[in-house]
Amino acid sequence: MRYLPKSPAERQEMLAAIGAKSIDELFSSIPERFRLREALKIPGPYSEAEVIQYFKERAAENSNGYTSFLGAGVYNHLRSVVTDAIIQRGEFLTSYTPYQAEITQGTLQAIFEFQTLMCQLTGQEVANASMYDGSTATTEAVLMAERLTSRQRVLVARSVHPEYREVLKTYAKNSGLRVEEIPFTAGGTMDSKALQAALKDDVAAVVVQSPNFFGVIESYAPLADVTHAAGAMLVVAIAEGVSLGLVKPPAEADIVAMEGQSFGLAPSYGGPFAGVIASRDKFVRQMPGRLAGQTTDSEGQRGFVLTLATREQHIRREKATSNICTNQALCALAATVHLTLLGKEGLREMAEQNLAKAQFALSELLKIPGVRRTFDAPFFNEFTIELPRSVKIVNSDLLRERIIGPLALGTAYPELTKRALVCVTETTTRAEIERFAGALKRALERPI
Amino acid sequence: MYERIKKASRHTNQSEGLIFEKSSPGKRAFELPPLDVPAADPAKALGANHRRAGIEGFPEVSEIEVLRHFTRLSTWNYAIDLGMYPLGSCTMKYNPRVNEFVARLEGIATEHPYQPQELSQGCLKILRLLEKCLLEITGMDAITLQPAAGAHGEMTGLLLIRAYLQKQGNPRKKVLIPDSAHGTNPATAVIAGYEVENIKSESHGQIDVEKLRDLVTGDVAALMITNPSTLGIFEQRIPEIAEILHAKGALLYMDGANMNALAGVTRPGDLGVDVMHLNLHKTFSTPHGGGGPGAGPVAMKKILEPFRPVPILVEKEGGRLALEPVRPDSIGKVKAFAGNFGVLVRALAYILAYGPGVRQATEDAVLNANYIRKQLEGVYELPYSLPSMHEVVFSDALQKKNGVNTMDIAKRLIDYGFHPYTTAFPLIVAGAMMIEPTESESKEECDMFIDAMKAIAEEAATNPEIVKTAPHTTRVRRLDEVGAARKPVLRWKPAVPRSEAAD
Repeated sequence: MRYLPKSPAERQEMLAAIGAKSIDELFSSIPERFRLREALKIPGPYSEAEVIQYFKERAAENSNGYTSFLGAGVYNHLRSVVTDAIIQRGEFLTSYTPYQAEITQGTLQAIFEFQTLMCQLTGQEVANASMYDGSTATTEAVLMAERLTSRQRVLVARSVHPEYREVLKTYAKNSGLRVEEIPFTAGGTMDSKALQAALKDDVAAVVVQSPNFFGVIESYAPLADVTHAAGAMLVVAIAEGVSLGLVKPPAEADIVAMEGQSFGLAPSYGGPFAGVIASRDKFVRQMPGRLAGQTTDSEGQRGFVLTLATREQHIRREKATSNICTNQALCALAATVHLTLLGKEGLREMAEQNLAKAQFALSELLKIPGVRRTFDAPFFNEFTIELPRSVKIVNSDLLRERIIGPLALGTAYPELTKRALVCVTETTTRAEIERFAGALKRALERPI
Repeated sequence: MYERIKKASRHTNQSEGLIFEKSSPGKRAFELPPLDVPAADPAKALGANHRRAGIEGFPEVSEIEVLRHFTRLSTWNYAIDLGMYPLGSCTMKYNPRVNEFVARLEGIATEHPYQPQELSQGCLKILRLLEKCLLEITGMDAITLQPAAGAHGEMTGLLLIRAYLQKQGNPRKKVLIPDSAHGTNPATAVIAGYEVENIKSESHGQIDVEKLRDLVTGDVAALMITNPSTLGIFEQRIPEIAEILHAKGALLYMDGANMNALAGVTRPGDLGVDVMHLNLHKTFSTPHGGGGPGAGPVAMKKILEPFRPVPILVEKEGGRLALEPVRPDSIGKVKAFAGNFGVLVRALAYILAYGPGVRQATEDAVLNANYIRKQLEGVYELPYSLPSMHEVVFSDALQKKNGVNTMDIAKRLIDYGFHPYTTAFPLIVAGAMMIEPTESESKEECDMFIDAMKAIAEEAATNPEIVKTAPHTTRVRRLDEVGAARKPVLRWKPAVPRSEAAD
């Protein structure tokens, strides 16, 4: 086997050195009756070429050649080949969690830079590296607020990503948290009247996403005021990080939970991505996840170490802030490289292109008879439209023209049947938008 | 000293600054294709109150600077690609490059989790085949691939147990955890809403079965066991342990962190385990990447199947695969979308490369650990003498007499070109030195490691100072961790201009 670096003679030599007659002897502590006598029934062994062939065949059974208008928490953005070249360096790829700081300064400094970039983006003072994804980051942010306030009620906007809310509910079920949902207005933003009515002095956190699941941008300042007046914490979830190149960061939030997928990570059928929690310096000791800190070595040189480990499971066990151990470090590194490449101007320009293309797409789609805009609040690169017929039927017509149509909102929001969430990024060309508009027009004209 | 002589004695590749310190307005490393639609006025489209001016402090550098910056940083890391990484419990094995290649294929990396399932059959077939392979390796009945890491899998497993017991009327109160367990086990039990009761190991480091019999009451939901234990020793009485639990209606959870000792040789499902997680970033070779991403699939017996996280992968007529979003008894979702798919792809690539030959990998891993044990016995103290599986735990008892502890020895290993073993864990061994070579090390590499360990033992006796002040060959020396925690500096801030500072 090509991955195993021993010849049969070397194996014998090592067995002899141990004083064992056979390899079986080394497994003598496993009771005889439980030892497998037959080979496992799994395919292989495959040569490298066969492995590649298998996955190429699977790839061909997917969506190659289709143009997609899906977003909803997973976005298709430009990615530089430089990012991949860096994260495929063995020194990053095949290194462990940097517990031995002297020989992992590369990873540690990169984490420190990631934390800095996340603070700059979110307008917060401290950021961890990292959580599994946006959904678990949002959940952990709520648990952090629960620890900080010693309260157990959580108010979550219904306009938060449905899967983020589902994950939160799974975790909440057993921790005594009571999760209540706050409806959205006709404009598509969190209903502040309903929020005020629900806000009492037992609320730990108010959770809002922006841009929210409908693509709409929420106003933080008034939300923060009423939330803080009730002694609760404002948790802001961000699923589309590129928006921060143009949209004001949630500086008023107490905790920000962000999905980093938009920063150089491939859609990859839903993962691996990188979740982040950012917050205020004063809350850092209740923060979950790893943190790199700057320090000096015994000769006074600058260096970096994992720090504040007394929050973590390997030190605190059942009293830890979270059970997270393995995180999404390499994805966080990819985000660091990607954002460094984009830089100040590149991220702003990418955000501007998203905004411009989404504005253009909306105006093109609104020219089609029967298509209407659902929410009138400002949006970034996603918006909701209403169609005169079922989104499902329309989407199956679009598939015939090799277009993956917008997400049908009716599945997660029964009150939003016939509504579709359209996503356009800098990777969508004008020609694709026009082809989509044409195909949608034909689909709606087709007699049922 | 270095400030005066800028280049000749010390090039920046030896002391690369932070990327923010290289920034200069107007430089850029990335250009977008020109906008092909009319530009939008952000103030008009977003509203003036939503519009951001610019991101303060964000880097402005060129492409070559970015590439050099991160390449230089990378050279300060140790990695499996450079040599043996004997971190016990972490299974730092070779990460095959073909896995990276296939995970990046067009049609694999590019797929959106919400795209129609008829256009996702390739992704779903990958998930299906991985499920089947992992079920065959574990001897279990059902599986979920959703959890993103080992600890996430532990939580999922305990939630399954909780849902199952709840369905029978009482979720129970406690989870029993041996004192040798990973820290994630107790932390997870708390998240799943359970109290933790620690069980002391008996004198050979195994579960004290007689004591367990007394501890398992109607309040106990489960025992979380690691097998082989964190001492690298197979829990021989595991079938009996399972019986004790089952007799009282409790379940047996197995932490699969050490599955590299068992794959192809024995199956947890046959041993009486009810539910377990696998660390695909350990046993199944997906790269650690400096701390993640991983994947922590959870395999289980039939009784727990109805409670699996949604969506559930099912086979429809004609072999078509589908993800079903609703199951009445499901614990719900533990993560958005369908798990860390890219990691799952890599793990399947690893399994296909070996096929039934994973057994050979397991045998070589156990061979390496026992070879190292044999050569170092007597040089270092072996606190537990039962046979080792894939890892061996020594202690620093002999070296302590000269004031040298496990951390010092670990740091000195760096000077010999190796990554340290796991220090100070498991907690039941004072001054633990936990060594897991994995199957990826040749006899030559193992011999070099053994020589290094012997040389350090010699130094500890004759020149302890050199060990206590190690490492001596790294770019930075031992770092001030206490200072880092006392006054945390967790992000870069622009230097205050001199004129302002003077004010």
